[in-house]
Amino acid sequence: MPNMNPKKNEMPTQEAKVRAHNFNEVALGYEESVAVDEANRCLNCKTMPCVSGCPVNIHIPEFIAKIREMDFEGAYQIITQTSSLPAVCGRVCPQETQCESKCVRGIKGESVCIGRLERFVADYHNRYSKEAPEVPKSNGHKVAVIGSGPSGLTCAGDLAKKGYKVTVFEALHLAGGVLVYGIPEFRLPKSIVQKEVDTLKALGVEVMTNVVIGKTLTVDELFEMGFEAVFIGSGAGLPNFMNIPGESLKGVYSANEFLTRSNLMKAYKEDPDTPIMKGGKVAVVGGGNVAMDAARTALRLGAEKVYIVYRRSIEELPARKEEVEHAMEEGIEFRLLTNPVEILGYHNAEDPRDPKNGSVTGIRCIQMQLGEPDQKGRRRPVPIEGSEFDIDLDVVIMAIGTSPNPLLKNTTEGLEVNSHGGIIVNEAGLTSRVAVYAGGDAVTGAATVISAMGAGKVAAKAIDEYLLSK
Amino acid sequence: MYKIITKKSLNPTVTMMEIESPLVAKKAKAGQFIILRVDEEGERIPLTIAGVDPVRGAVKIIFQIVGATTEKLNHKAEGEYIQDFVGPLGMPTHIAGMKKVCVVGGGVGCAIALPVAEALHAQGTEVTSIIGFRNKDLLILEDEFKACSDKLVVMTDDGSYARHGNVTVPLKEMLDAGEQFDMIITIGPLIMMKFVTLTAKPYGVPVTVSMNPIMIDGTGMCGGCRLTLMQDGKRVTKFACVDGPDFNGYEVDFDEAMSRGRTYFDFERKAHEKACNLFKGV
Ligand SMILES: Cc1cc2nc3c(=O)[nH]c(=O)nc-3n(C[C@H](O)[C@H](O)[C@H](O)COP(=O)(O)OP(=O)(O)OC[C@H]3O[C@@H](n4cnc5c(N)ncnc54)[C@H](O)[C@@H]3O)c2cc1C
Ligand code: SF4
Ligand code: FES
Repeated sequence: MPNMNPKKNEMPTQEAKVRAHNFNEVALGYEESVAVDEANRCLNCKTMPCVSGCPVNIHIPEFIAKIREMDFEGAYQIITQTSSLPAVCGRVCPQETQCESKCVRGIKGESVCIGRLERFVADYHNRYSKEAPEVPKSNGHKVAVIGSGPSGLTCAGDLAKKGYKVTVFEALHLAGGVLVYGIPEFRLPKSIVQKEVDTLKALGVEVMTNVVIGKTLTVDELFEMGFEAVFIGSGAGLPNFMNIPGESLKGVYSANEFLTRSNLMKAYKEDPDTPIMKGGKVAVVGGGNVAMDAARTALRLGAEKVYIVYRRSIEELPARKEEVEHAMEEGIEFRLLTNPVEILGYHNAEDPRDPKNGSVTGIRCIQMQLGEPDQKGRRRPVPIEGSEFDIDLDVVIMAIGTSPNPLLKNTTEGLEVNSHGGIIVNEAGLTSRVAVYAGGDAVTGAATVISAMGAGKVAAKAIDEYLLSK
Repeated sequence: MYKIITKKSLNPTVTMMEIESPLVAKKAKAGQFIILRVDEEGERIPLTIAGVDPVRGAVKIIFQIVGATTEKLNHKAEGEYIQDFVGPLGMPTHIAGMKKVCVVGGGVGCAIALPVAEALHAQGTEVTSIIGFRNKDLLILEDEFKACSDKLVVMTDDGSYARHGNVTVPLKEMLDAGEQFDMIITIGPLIMMKFVTLTAKPYGVPVTVSMNPIMIDGTGMCGGCRLTLMQDGKRVTKFACVDGPDFNGYEVDFDEAMSRGRTYFDFERKAHEKACNLFKGV
């Protein structure tokens, strides 16, 4: 008999007051018995609506059935038929808008907690499975992968398992893409990403850090070096600014810079080599996962007050629901229907040498209200005239989106991009250049880990078919 | 890991190193830079490429010991390794087609100006170099500049060597005397580049300045290196690491750049003191 409890099993977490001051993971994961109990809430629906909600169509009821049988490794094997990074996706996927939004149990109660079960299964595998991956027999073909985010890692892994000699080129000094420079430790421990990279290396994938394709080497040179196909998974790293006055003041960061300083450069540690502004009053502009991560990082670095400034209402916040809830519990104040018009700075007219000159002192905002829906159906925020007000601040973090970096387009002849800078591909991931494939945020603009991973898989399959037919 | 092939002290505060990095050595052009990390915990700092030897796979860097990271780097010996080294980043200095150019370098900026002067000289451009230092002890690369310049003027702020005064003094004299430069290329402290630009302005000579803001990734990902240009009366944001490091001097908001450059002033001073004490064994 299935467990007909309308409520899902709670995720154990570090207490809000405690976790607001440390960088350890917030969500602690289900115990075995809880996982089995949650798995028992699944009705094993014939129509599998949840599967259609998953961007890579993980065989959800099948893996949940294995959990019910307490065959956790078996469950893991089912997930990895379609997904490469379950320990990551179980933690960061927006399940409430994907698989869980389609779950039948959600009609009269709460949906099955598919994401938490996925995480449980992946963590179980990582803890107990000791077998080293089998190194496949080489098929003699060489493939280059540009970027080591989820799309690149997945494409490299799938090809390596088929016997390809894969080299991943990464611009930064550490592999992992957004998973290491963007998403903080308290949401995705870096050891999980490292394990994925180590597994790839064990499969024979070579990871070359400190190589910027377009600068150190070009795509054309990769072909000259004997690579027969190239996958571009270079992400969407270019930060957008609002173009309002005051954005160049000291204390204004892009979320990418703030998070990179804290995560990749380890400024969150005691006595770091890389500086970051800590403490004081901080506002993060934006409402996505990036904004939540920046706000919660600022809090943990010792800010006395952290605001989220977002121009729409709570309903439209694009961040994962769980992250919004966690941020609220931790004491982050949400200033909704609020839009910055100017960042205010300190200026000592008497002493041009005053070191505080040019530092942020606050932000001027205008109150918004929701108007007519736009093309996407989201109600457009419109300013309420004369409603300007100021917030005192020391740091402003802009988390209003990113775009694909134009570097590869500018250095690769014949590589076509759309008006947003996204690389144009067909359904198999093939770009306008022969043997050059692309996927992930570099194609779609900033999206999700799971869609980037899915794109890496699709391209790996296409590259395999292309090279075998050559 | 990247090997330090050679190391040489140019003056008490400026060191030259050759780092083994064949891919960078093959690609680098004058005006481009690298980013390095000394060790696993280290910060990423940009340094301009001061020369390359593609045959030996060597990339020359010249750095002033100003902070914790350059202090740590300076304590590495020949034959030792540094953690990370990536490049060549940024756009090369635009020099094609120029007949007569004045290169104005200040302090350790001369290390960056030198490859530009050499590249100009190599393509047959008539090169006038003006290089300035605070005092005689800080003088570097005089012979190297002599070798690639048709005319060289050396200045010291305190008059302890060669001519006394700022680099703008001989520049103004030359412009007054009717020298026709296609371009003035200036590399050094922001305040010096600002005044070189102001000096050149009445004469209408184009000025290229080399900006060196705080950077992290060097690929356009963080925006920390942003600066403001005035273009057609509008303020335009540029990322120095990908759009630069060279910019039109008349467009750059130098005051803002100087202010942003001091963002971590206190942190850097303390970190440097700590690094010094560490090496002194305190
Ligand atoms: C702070 C933050 C939080 C997020 N939270 C979530 C979340 O909770 N859930 C979710 O699903 N998604 C989240 N995302 C989005 C998700 O991380 C991305 O959609 C995903 O990482 C995209 O993967 P990718 O492989 O396309 O690119 P990336 O992860 O961006 O990786 C690209 C890599 O390529 C490298 N690179 C770029 N150019 C070059 C070059 N020329 N040569 C060599 N290397 C290059 C980059 O350095 C980088 O390492 C978040 C993003 C951020 C920034
Ligand atoms: S929709 Fe929900 S209940 Fe039905 S199979 Fe999927 S997870 Fe189970
Ligand atoms: S250094 Fe990060 S964008 Fe230029």
